[in-house]
Amino acid sequence: MADTATPGTEVVDPANWSCPAPLRDQPVVVMGHGGGGALSAELIEQVFAPAYGNPVLAALTDSAVLDLGGARLAFSTDSYVVRPLFFPGGSLGDLAVNGTVNDLAMSGARPAYLSTAFVLEEGVELEVVGRVARAVGAAAKAAGVTVATGDTKVVESGHGDGVYVTTAGVGLVPDGVDIRPQRARPGDAVIVSGPIGLHGVAVMSVREGLEFGVEITSDTAPLADLVAAMLAVTKDIHVLRDPTRGGLGASLNEIARASGTGVRLRERALPVPEEVQNACGFLGLDPLYVANEGRLVAFVPPEHAEAVLAAMRAHPRGAGAALIGECVADHPGMVVVATGLGGTRVVDLPLGEQLPRIC
Amino acid sequence: MKYIDEFNDPELARRLLDEIGATVTRPWALMEVCGGQTHSIIRHGIDQLLPDKVELIHGPGCPVCVTPLEVIDKALDIAARPEVIFCSFGDMLRVPGTDRDLFRVKGEGGDVRVVYSPLDALDLARKNPDRQVVFFAIGFETTAPANAMAVHQARRLGLANFSLLVSHVRVPPAIEAIMTAPECRVQGFLAAGHVCSVMGTAEYPGLADRHRVPIVVTGFEPLDILEGIRRAVHQLERGEHRVENAYPRAVREEGNPAALRMLEDVFEVTDRNWRGIGRIPASGWRLSDAYRAYDAEHRFDVTGIRTEEPAVCRAGEVLQGLIRPTECEAFGKACTPRTPLGATMVSSEGACAAYYLYRRMTAPAPQGTPAGQVPQTPQVPQIPHEEMNPVG
Repeated sequence: MADTATPGTEVVDPANWSCPAPLRDQPVVVMGHGGGGALSAELIEQVFAPAYGNPVLAALTDSAVLDLGGARLAFSTDSYVVRPLFFPGGSLGDLAVNGTVNDLAMSGARPAYLSTAFVLEEGVELEVVGRVARAVGAAAKAAGVTVATGDTKVVESGHGDGVYVTTAGVGLVPDGVDIRPQRARPGDAVIVSGPIGLHGVAVMSVREGLEFGVEITSDTAPLADLVAAMLAVTKDIHVLRDPTRGGLGASLNEIARASGTGVRLRERALPVPEEVQNACGFLGLDPLYVANEGRLVAFVPPEHAEAVLAAMRAHPRGAGAALIGECVADHPGMVVVATGLGGTRVVDLPLGEQLPRIC
Repeated sequence: MKYIDEFNDPELARRLLDEIGATVTRPWALMEVCGGQTHSIIRHGIDQLLPDKVELIHGPGCPVCVTPLEVIDKALDIAARPEVIFCSFGDMLRVPGTDRDLFRVKGEGGDVRVVYSPLDALDLARKNPDRQVVFFAIGFETTAPANAMAVHQARRLGLANFSLLVSHVRVPPAIEAIMTAPECRVQGFLAAGHVCSVMGTAEYPGLADRHRVPIVVTGFEPLDILEGIRRAVHQLERGEHRVENAYPRAVREEGNPAALRMLEDVFEVTDRNWRGIGRIPASGWRLSDAYRAYDAEHRFDVTGIRTEEPAVCRAGEVLQGLIRPTECEAFGKACTPRTPLGATMVSSEGACAAYYLYRRMTAPAPQGTPAGQVPQTPQVPQIPHEEMNPVG
């Protein structure tokens, strides 16, 4: 689709290709469109944005920040289609609450109210639906939010994976807080709130029946309290992001591109747990692209970095917080990592889902 | 991170690099055969740290890259059939056939599944007696024994609905082909440790003698690779050409006898086409006569497929170590992981993909790109990502 190429990139005329597979021209949805990488971004760019694009949508934030009746309201929605519904360390219900709570928190908001929409597949046991609902209730209570409204639909057997849940949420953004990816500045400290890759590997371990020798539990957790503790140190936090789909690698690429800055990471500073490292080594995956559900990455002005890091480490959700790199003026829009041996490599936006390698 | 860290220790790496630097007196060109080694070299920046006199040439050892287009097209044809559950390792799903890939077939309704072992595919056959389960059996000596085992089991269990689409290839004939090519520059080999853990090292002394090249069996972690390079350079500087095992924790001279017996029972050596390279005598396996009933090419009518490789793609030269990925005119322009022209840009172990993913900042501009201008990925649109998270 040469006519949709972004300015500045090479325009390729498919008519002149002898390419066996111009994958760019996928006429059908493939799994990679939901993977949080370049394919997901193109779906939004080519399908959704033209249909209802507007300046609010264009802000590239996890939740939209709206001025409404004198209040600054954060607003976000998300669908959850995880399989299996229950996994080590969490469940669909936990994700449905924590995911939306965290999207609101990534704007600095205090989450307040949620809606839930359940899509149930005919034949699913009510006991299972009850367990998901109870998990939603417990997670909402833990996150300090109220489920204020909801909806239920049933689809025929074979038309769903048991239970899908969509949540939407609203929260209030405190005065003086302006957190969005465009605010990243060279010199900012890049901080991650704890070990990465646990959620993705935990889900894979049960979904694919893989045994990794030790049980790996998901990191799913609400992060609004942690964000509040960080904002208590300074309101001048530039960027927050919860690196879910596409992992830390995708989130940092999005921030680098939105802000026109570069990101430089130190491989040895990345908090990758041994069990995640081993599982990723076995499957040929990169921990940087594995999903998280209870982590955030923060871009903090250097003068506040130490105090923010200390406040994070003092909070249970940020006990494993680590300074992993910095925002730089070099290589704008790109993320690079200094390898443990002393070389450097680019960390690209993943294309779609990571694929386990052959050997 | 004990196990991983042991083979990533920067101080030990520095010592090995210093020793290589102190040993080397003139330029040497070494080929790492395996795509996994290529990936590790580029990912950890080993090529950046080596003395200028040591050049690493990337070999043909990416199983996804060398699977011929014709076989991919056969896979696509079989996978699209309604009675078939088509099983494959994940990284084959994006490899382009003539006009689509397995993801596309899946998106259009084909029952294409990613499995982590051929035995998972066998299990699917057991649980779905009314469907035909086909496993895409590609790869080198590393994957062949498990695939042989799956067929062996299928016969033992009397499963009539299981078959393999076989495109297995063998490393030593490829080394022979590379060394006999007139434009060959390779002076030493880092042999693939995984392959030797199965096959042993018996096939290598003859190669080392005939072509007067050192062959060092090498692992995949950074220190393994540096040790392999150190030993190869040491031999070259002394004018030696022996087979050395620098991966003794995994490789024994005799290989894995049980795996070898399984291979011998189920497969027989055959000539094979290598994508981008061509036909190499005795370089592959096919199912032996006793197991022919489990050959998907016999079970499904997939004859008459005509394929054509893209003229601009130079993956074949990359696979043979004749050019670096960045010397291809299409690299980073018409050919990216998003729009791959050849399989070397698709597979995570492909040399072109490794250079694109990890080396865009330092790669020389390909021909036709203004000097100093780094080829860029397509820009991500400046709009929010939805969070339809498949894993949460």
